[in-house]
Amino acid sequence: MIVVIGLACVVLGLVIYYSLWHSGKSKLKFGILVNEGPYQHQSADSAYQFTKAALENGHEIFRVFFYHDGVNNGTRYAIPPQDDRNITELWSALQEKYKLDLVICIAAAQRRGILDENEAKRQGKDGDNIAPGFRISGLGQLIEAGIESDRVVSFGD
Amino acid sequence: MAILHIVNKSPFERNSLESALAYAKKGSGILLIEDAVYAASGKTKFADAVKACVGDVKVYVLDPDYQARGLGEVAVVDGVEAVDYKGFVDLVAQFETTQSWL
Repeated sequence: MIVVIGLACVVLGLVIYYSLWHSGKSKLKFGILVNEGPYQHQSADSAYQFTKAALENGHEIFRVFFYHDGVNNGTRYAIPPQDDRNITELWSALQEKYKLDLVICIAAAQRRGILDENEAKRQGKDGDNIAPGFRISGLGQLIEAGIESDRVVSFGD
Repeated sequence: MAILHIVNKSPFERNSLESALAYAKKGSGILLIEDAVYAASGKTKFADAVKACVGDVKVYVLDPDYQARGLGEVAVVDGVEAVDYKGFVDLVAQFETTQSWL
């Protein structure tokens, strides 16, 4: 009797261990690269929809990195018409909900006039325009996303 | 290595689909998104090239983008599988790596 119970425990233990291992395995860490702004092509929307779907299905987004014209996703001064989607606000809302790391490339941002408070001060500009939930940093953050993520998916033109 | 090739431009605009079809090895996948979904429609001159590829390579089309272009009534090329954004995420997880043909 004791042997039977013991065996049953071992089998149950293995089943639980396997299912935990398997469920952990199927959830991945994604890095997202966005190379295009909101108004030239569809890629910013594709990146947003992909990121949202990944989060809703239990995956982790290690970082979303905005590069080239992609930095235009992160200005809070853009005012699209009311019947148009506001991709910047969508990113900010997603960031708030899931505590996403939204990183804007500094060199690409400076060329295009995207500044946070520190950069505005450092460059002697009279204001900043970065959207809530975004931060400005360097290309190393993209490299790190490549190293730390299970998959990196690029969106662009 | 099983790669998911992600193509996002219409074959009428660029040759990225042609390149992806040529480079894709047996067992890999091609996902058509954005304007590349036109290639999934059975009614363009690219239908035969896509059809010839199906089998060795699995071809998928992002259905929200297909529908958004008014192609909902047009049957896709035989063997092409329609996926939603969740399916897109699942494919990226399923293949070892992805290549966006930007």
